[in-house]
Amino acid sequence: MIHTLRQVFRSGKFVTGFVIFVSLLLIVLIYPLLVPDDPLAIIGLGTFFPPGIYVNVYDSVNVSPYTLNLPDATTKRIADKLGPKERQDMKEFLLAAGIPEEEIDIEDTAKLLDLWEKNYDPNKNIEGMTLAKMRYYQRLNNSLKGLLATEGLIVALPNAQTGQLEQVKVIEQSDYANINEVPNVRVLPLGTDNFGRDVLTELVKAAGVSLQIGFVAGLIATLIGLVLGLLAGYLGGMVDDIIMFFTNLLIVIPSFVLLILISFSIGQDKRGAITIATVIGFTSWVWTARAVRAQVLSLRNRDHVNLSRLSGHSTVYIILNDILPYIMSYVVMALILQISSGILAEAGLSILGLGPRTTEVPTLGLMMNWAMIYQAHVLGKWWAYLPVLVTIALITFSMNLMNTGLDQVFNPALRE
Amino acid sequence: MNDTVLQGVNLTKVFGWGKQKTIAVDHVNFEIRAGEVCSIVGESGSGKTTLAKMLLGLLNPTEGEIYFQGKKRDISTQRKKREYWKNIQAIFQDPYSAYNIFNKIDTLLLDCIRMRGDFWLPREKKIELMSEACSFVNLEYKELTNKYPFELSGGQMQRLMIARIFLLKPKILIADEPTSMIDACSRATILDMLMKLRDEVGMTIIFITHDIGLAYYVSDTVYIMERGKIVESGSADQVILTPHHPYTRRLISDVPKIHEAWDLSTVTYSGL
Repeated sequence: MIHTLRQVFRSGKFVTGFVIFVSLLLIVLIYPLLVPDDPLAIIGLGTFFPPGIYVNVYDSVNVSPYTLNLPDATTKRIADKLGPKERQDMKEFLLAAGIPEEEIDIEDTAKLLDLWEKNYDPNKNIEGMTLAKMRYYQRLNNSLKGLLATEGLIVALPNAQTGQLEQVKVIEQSDYANINEVPNVRVLPLGTDNFGRDVLTELVKAAGVSLQIGFVAGLIATLIGLVLGLLAGYLGGMVDDIIMFFTNLLIVIPSFVLLILISFSIGQDKRGAITIATVIGFTSWVWTARAVRAQVLSLRNRDHVNLSRLSGHSTVYIILNDILPYIMSYVVMALILQISSGILAEAGLSILGLGPRTTEVPTLGLMMNWAMIYQAHVLGKWWAYLPVLVTIALITFSMNLMNTGLDQVFNPALRE
Repeated sequence: MNDTVLQGVNLTKVFGWGKQKTIAVDHVNFEIRAGEVCSIVGESGSGKTTLAKMLLGLLNPTEGEIYFQGKKRDISTQRKKREYWKNIQAIFQDPYSAYNIFNKIDTLLLDCIRMRGDFWLPREKKIELMSEACSFVNLEYKELTNKYPFELSGGQMQRLMIARIFLLKPKILIADEPTSMIDACSRATILDMLMKLRDEVGMTIIFITHDIGLAYYVSDTVYIMERGKIVESGSADQVILTPHHPYTRRLISDVPKIHEAWDLSTVTYSGL
């Protein structure tokens, strides 16, 4: 046993897969201890906030500012509003407005803005310009207002008696708030999803639930397949015929179609994560059963089995002691594949909207489903679906890698 | 002296149906008397091993009856089978595949003690029994205990199989080509031990082999099998020294001889 394990851990492929899988598992286990938030709590008002560090504006106005004289501060501020693309667009507009090309210098910000201010007319109708483009120029014009201003912003509060605004403080352009002094900062490494939930927290929880679904589905499928395969293969005859009849019947029907029909008939309210896992398990055992049966058929006529029979052992004892250990390596590999295909099946089912009910726990498939319904892929909100895809890919990749590694250890013909 | 222990009447085994039908054993009749060594000789594919498995009760005959000690054999339940297997045991051809590679050697020997009904013996007594069995086949129990089968040589494995038989002391032993996977030196030892089993324990031995020379050396009675049929039978001297059937003659002439050129003219490829 120890010898086998040592040999398994000498396989590079297995170790790579194992390390990826264990790190994922550790993240799933440890992250909730560090961030104990409810993964389904809606924190953002609005959809798809991009990833980043969110600093509370109110608090940062109230902290005492530090003055830093950084030489490139103004340039950065202008560049944020007026990049090369905007300058090019302005040039296009000015050309259409009849300004000769040699007068337009898009590098000189002051001149360009001056020229723009004199010539921009929001109602000007340029031939061939779409409405969207017209709106774009209006927005651009608005954002350029006060761009070259050097005075600070005034913070004012209404006077309690007169109701008139009174200046409280002035925020200079060179004022900086230390982020450590701002009491409310929230890091959203993967932004928020369509409901305004923190995607990372949700993703970790979803990965955990999906792994659970995979384990339950894989265990059920492997167990059923193993028991039926052992019985059919070892007992043979009538038992074999009956078991194989049902197995072949189920093989003909694509298991995914069966899965869709069963989860649809269960109904949305009764579909919990574990229910879905059980359904997946009960529809995906067929290939395991067939493969185990084939292995047992080749084992049952071996001399060691005959000898065990001659020693008066019962059928159960022979199956457990003389057959099962010989196919155990295969069963472990089948289990790993079943787990990864269970996770994929759940994802597939959930994308179709037939996954677990949406109110309790997130799963990887549900997150994909939500991202798809709210058109994250069309809107370019990559953080809503790409991390989920990568997680699914990593889980199945690591498990398949472990499987290939095991295969090479147990099947010497495949070793390089 | 008509003390027949095992008798087969019209024993037949057919595998498959229709075009793939193979008649492995075809209406075979024989009688084996207590205490004799009886050889079943034939080339590979002649149905020897199938016949042996039917005699052991590992395969059900398609047709025909087996009589054990004058009575029709009844192995319909597990209990009856266990009772039958106390009387008839086997040594298989390939010692490397006859062991469960996950079990230690002790497990195999303790199984035999359990089968004898000595499960409740104290541990020291069991070790004594196992040591005795090992020394019967020139093995040291102390060197074998807690070892796995793959740590033994082929000859040692086959000797341990005989030790197992020594522990069980069945009335009949079916030895299915017990020496064909063993080198020539160990072969003599194994045969010697089988003979010792017969002389000391009074076992009846059914010796299955493809080597007619070996059969002549060990047996009292010889059955020659060709394609599932017994074509010639009788005492060893009678069959080997005055063969009647052409197949027997061919088998005898195919034995390589040290002092003569090997005559290959009788070799036909009909079976291929």
